[in-house]
Amino acid sequence: MTVTTSYRRPGRLARFGTLISDIVARPSGAIGLTLVLGHLLLAFIGPFIVPYDFTEMNSGLMLSKPSAAHWLGADHLGRDTLTRTLLGGREAILVTGIATPLAVLWGGLVGIFFGLAGGRVDEVLMRVVDAFLSLPWILKMLVLIVTFGTGIEVLIPTLAFFYGIPVIRIARAATHDVVARDFVQAARARGHSRGTIIRRELLPNVRDALLVEGAMRWSWMLLAFSSLSFLGFGVSPPTPDWGLMIADARGFMSFSPLGVLAPMVGLSSLIIGINLTADALAKALGIDRAQKAPV
Amino acid sequence: MTSAETTERDFLAINDLSIGFRGRAGTMVPVLRNISLTVQKGESIGLVGESGSGKSTLALAMMGYLKTGLKVIEGSASFDGIEMFTQARKSLETIRGGRLALIPQNSGQSLTPTLRIGAQIAEALRLHSSLPETAHSARVTELLSQVRLPDPSTISERYPHELSGGQQQRVAIAMALAGEPEALLLDEPTTGLDVTTQAHILELLRDLARETGMAMVYVSHDLGAIARVCDRVIVMYAGEVVLEGSAKQVLRDPGHPYARGLLASIPQLKDTHLPRALDGRPPAPGQVGNGCAFVDRCVIATENCSAARPELTQGPSGAKTRCHHAERVNEIPLIGHREVSQRNLPETISLNLDDLAISYARPNLFEKLTGRENQATATVDAITIALRKGETLGLVGESGSGKSTILKSLAGLLPPLHGSVDVADGTPLPARVEDRSASQLRQIQMIFQNPDESLNPRQTIAQILAQPLKLYFGLSGEALNERSAQLLEQVRLGAHYLDRLPSQLSGGEKQRVAVARAFAAEPDLVLCDEITSALDVSVQAAVLELLDDLRRENDTSYVFVSHDLAVVRVLSDRVAVLYQGRLCEIGPTKDVYGETSHPYTEVLLGAVLEPDPDFSPTLSANDAVELSPPKAGCPFQRRCPKRIGDVCDTVIPPRRDFADGHTIWCHREDF
Repeated sequence: MTVTTSYRRPGRLARFGTLISDIVARPSGAIGLTLVLGHLLLAFIGPFIVPYDFTEMNSGLMLSKPSAAHWLGADHLGRDTLTRTLLGGREAILVTGIATPLAVLWGGLVGIFFGLAGGRVDEVLMRVVDAFLSLPWILKMLVLIVTFGTGIEVLIPTLAFFYGIPVIRIARAATHDVVARDFVQAARARGHSRGTIIRRELLPNVRDALLVEGAMRWSWMLLAFSSLSFLGFGVSPPTPDWGLMIADARGFMSFSPLGVLAPMVGLSSLIIGINLTADALAKALGIDRAQKAPV
Repeated sequence: MTSAETTERDFLAINDLSIGFRGRAGTMVPVLRNISLTVQKGESIGLVGESGSGKSTLALAMMGYLKTGLKVIEGSASFDGIEMFTQARKSLETIRGGRLALIPQNSGQSLTPTLRIGAQIAEALRLHSSLPETAHSARVTELLSQVRLPDPSTISERYPHELSGGQQQRVAIAMALAGEPEALLLDEPTTGLDVTTQAHILELLRDLARETGMAMVYVSHDLGAIARVCDRVIVMYAGEVVLEGSAKQVLRDPGHPYARGLLASIPQLKDTHLPRALDGRPPAPGQVGNGCAFVDRCVIATENCSAARPELTQGPSGAKTRCHHAERVNEIPLIGHREVSQRNLPETISLNLDDLAISYARPNLFEKLTGRENQATATVDAITIALRKGETLGLVGESGSGKSTILKSLAGLLPPLHGSVDVADGTPLPARVEDRSASQLRQIQMIFQNPDESLNPRQTIAQILAQPLKLYFGLSGEALNERSAQLLEQVRLGAHYLDRLPSQLSGGEKQRVAVARAFAAEPDLVLCDEITSALDVSVQAAVLELLDDLRRENDTSYVFVSHDLAVVRVLSDRVAVLYQGRLCEIGPTKDVYGETSHPYTEVLLGAVLEPDPDFSPTLSANDAVELSPPKAGCPFQRRCPKRIGDVCDTVIPPRRDFADGHTIWCHREDF
């Protein structure tokens, strides 16, 4: 045997470091992660760096063009567009930032349960899931929001519930893949309990798929939240929000295109950032999203 | 090459070719290093080497194809005077698949599942032949019969999944022949096929080469297959050619230490010694020093070897070898080193299988209601075997013979239809793993075929070994670490492996970990399911040696399943031959492999290849694959070359007992 030098497995933190450096090693990952972290940073420090108060109205500035004092001009109520754009992601990031982990958690657990149950139970329940998925998402969400109101306390569980459903599919498929593999059979043959098999053999292997899926769900959820705001069911005025800003400004698009463009850039840069990061994460973890496409 | 031939252009030529990928440091890491070789029209050459030696990369380079990430560093590849790497994609497309065809390893996967066989071959004709559309269907039939498929018109109406592995491989060959190729590249075309199927495919390839005058480049790790089809053999190691010569020169008396080691590590029917393992592993790309690439594993290496890279020069045997000490290579023995002696086993029974029957089919509600539950023919039936303590029982048969099914059932993963399994003291072993007691679970351990599948990729070696140690012995803390380290020592790995993940280990090392995990339970019986078939031959020899050591140290019984008869012979005290889930023959190894055998055993033994160019297999039965056992009579009735008559089809064959518990189930009386 060739003499192999002693090796110690790096600790949890070091392994996380390796994962991050693997993500950043790809151009897409580097760009994506920069965008996402930039947005998160902005969400925290936004209120301290914005030039104006976001509620401050100035009738003289209504739909004004960009100027030295107001770089992106002002909206139809004379509020500074730059200020409102910089702050416009906070609500969305807060709501989806809480709802995403919840969605992955419940969807993941249910999916793993279906995957393990297998057979008839799995078949029947998955058809229910399919039926649910076949309904347009906006319809389902509007029903709940109209019934219970539009506050954060309604939006978070609503988004978490509906966006957890596609996660079921992913978790179930990943579980099916792992359960069929020989190391699970080996653990069964050794006589391990079901709990041990799930905890030791299954979860570590399903976790990565869920992590990538979570990142993807987050970008979809942001889009959904902004759409709700656009329709007037999300954030209530005067809180600045990209979806709401686009809705307000679209009537004046021909005079003041920046009023629509600025929040659009804000929203798209975050969503693109998340997508790029998710892709790089999938590659760094060795999961090809192309092969395990959701739904 | 003589001067008369040099005037003629080389048909396939590789000239000083180096191929590599860009490493993390930004420099090119070579996977092929300065390869030069030529193939003439009508010649067949073999490329041999362990996995990672670059043999497939070289074969693909001959087509002008590089896997993603690979780049040509220097050199060229030409086909009939056409430079392959500088050609436009368009003109390459007309050559590939037409004049130059490739047959991949797993052709079942390279056939389109939704197209009928005939349509797929017609597609190849449309792309690569000048025949008019109207002539296609006749040509399809002709091609299918050229690859000796029975009843071509029926076959061409079938879908790929309706064919057996051997038939799929024949269809792939027929597709390659559609463009009337002048050269055929074969990448491990028989790996994964049964011995009989492999032997038949190789005969077909030999015949085709002779009929059509094609040049063939045959890539394989199997020296037996190479010996059967190739005139010239090239041995590759760490991306370079280390030995090149005629099949006789290379296989009879290899002039390179690596080739000798490789040959010595192959278990052979005529040699009952334990094959000699080749220690160490090949250097990873970029890890080769200034000297000879093989220096770390070479037993005759001197200081000079690590200082200077040897050139490919004419060796004593006439073959070209890359070795500083070509005159000393015959110091390396070619035969195995340890005689697996006849062991004196106690008469204590360790496991008793009584009339075991297993079926995958579950009766549906209708069958249950009408009481027809047990009418389906069981996959495995009437298995009665008593395993003595410390004994190794080999189970052989082609795929579908039920050998793995029996192991799964013994492991409690697949409850039998009827029959019973008793352990040492006569208590019955519960059918399902959930119903077994802790000590029953501990006593029986299983090792799986592919360690990549059987070791959890997310667990470190320490975590993997801790599973059985915690479960059966409640070990923790220092005691757990100590025992894990001790187990790794037992499988000849060091304690420093504990912190690694399986992906950081080589194939052989992974399988050793799987063996260590099984032995962690201190079992009485270890079930080995094709445990060496996913490994390179040199590594296989090491694993076989390890199993032999461990059974001596621990007095463990093995049930050793393999389709490789030579491997089974090395370790087994007794061998059972299965066909379609039924016993054909069982007895002491030397008797089963001896003169008196069941017709099926004879067929299997006849198809085993030897790494000897003058050896030819005896093919006495066709390689048709049966999907289910016959309803009545002898399981082997349909393929038996020694069939008597109707009695074979209707009556279950009687058991004939010979000396030493050698039993054959057959109607024939002339044994």
